[in-house]
Amino acid sequence: MTAVLDTGGDAPMERIALVDLLDRLLSGGVVITGDLVISVADIDLVQVSLRALITSVRSELLGEEEL
Amino acid sequence: MTDTAVYLYGVCRGLDPGALDGTTGVAGTPVRGVVAGGLTALVSTVRLDDYGEAALRANLEDLAWLEDTARAHHDVVDRAAHAAPTAPVRIATIYRDDARVAEVLTTQGDRFTEVLDGIAGRSEWGVKAYARPDALQAGGTGDTEAADPNPGGGLEPRAEPLTGSRPGAGAGTAYLRRRQDERRRRADAGRRVAEQAAGIHAELADHAVATRHHPPQDPKLSGRSGLQILNAAYLLDDDQAEGFLAVTRAIQERLPGIDVEVTGPWPPYSFIDTGDGTPVTEPEDTAR
Repeated sequence: MTAVLDTGGDAPMERIALVDLLDRLLSGGVVITGDLVISVADIDLVQVSLRALITSVRSELLGEEEL
Repeated sequence: MTDTAVYLYGVCRGLDPGALDGTTGVAGTPVRGVVAGGLTALVSTVRLDDYGEAALRANLEDLAWLEDTARAHHDVVDRAAHAAPTAPVRIATIYRDDARVAEVLTTQGDRFTEVLDGIAGRSEWGVKAYARPDALQAGGTGDTEAADPNPGGGLEPRAEPLTGSRPGAGAGTAYLRRRQDERRRRADAGRRVAEQAAGIHAELADHAVATRHHPPQDPKLSGRSGLQILNAAYLLDDDQAEGFLAVTRAIQERLPGIDVEVTGPWPPYSFIDTGDGTPVTEPEDTAR
């Protein structure tokens, strides 16, 4: 993977690595209490999503190895 | 009864309403602005079937769904951030309706204003550094599993003095000593790359307004070989970006055993919640 260098103003980044995105989206941003998902929007979100990530990636890797 | 809710992406100040034209958000929904108290909330109307509490809890476990939502969330925030100072909101923040969003803008206006003051005219850049496998192998065993050094590998035949009190203890003692030596070499190599990582971070931090470490990424997720020794975010004034990038290139040239990856500019996701700014001298706290 090569470095994504976007030095121009409005040029969009190349396809962003999901892992970089989740570094930011799961632990960053303003945390405010929503109306519907109080527990999910807080720390649970990270735990739940990481579980999804790890499970999915494991099964993907297993699938690739079998090819 | 309604079967929809309002998904909030972020909050902008001074956003030209036209900047949202044609923007698509989560689940392919159109994005619109809710304006109150001089702020604009970026929102979409979503179905409770997908974004109600129970549905969301299940969907967040689905990597494909999570990825789609994360990319859509980011696209909206990124687009807005190019047009006006934008404070991203944590993914999956949902309100009943626009009136509630407007109420939040009003009641939390001071907080958003403080956040926006801290990020206006600034962007986040990500820097990851990897130690190449050979840089970690003091003994040069060719072990490529650098992210998880095998503590049992790399036994080299070596003469060992017999230090055991009984002759029968010699072989076991020599074995243990070799294990200790191996562990020490690995620890030394690990310390060297940790020092390099700290040095890289310190140099970059000199060119940034604030910094934040992210946890090291699992190689299974990043698909990247080599040990990740740095995964950090840097908040830069817009006019710092050029110099910062030049520093990253200089570091890369100076340290052939290290791969440096730069991403950005990002909306300042990682620099939201610390009201007084993240200390630049933050210690290495990425390892658990």
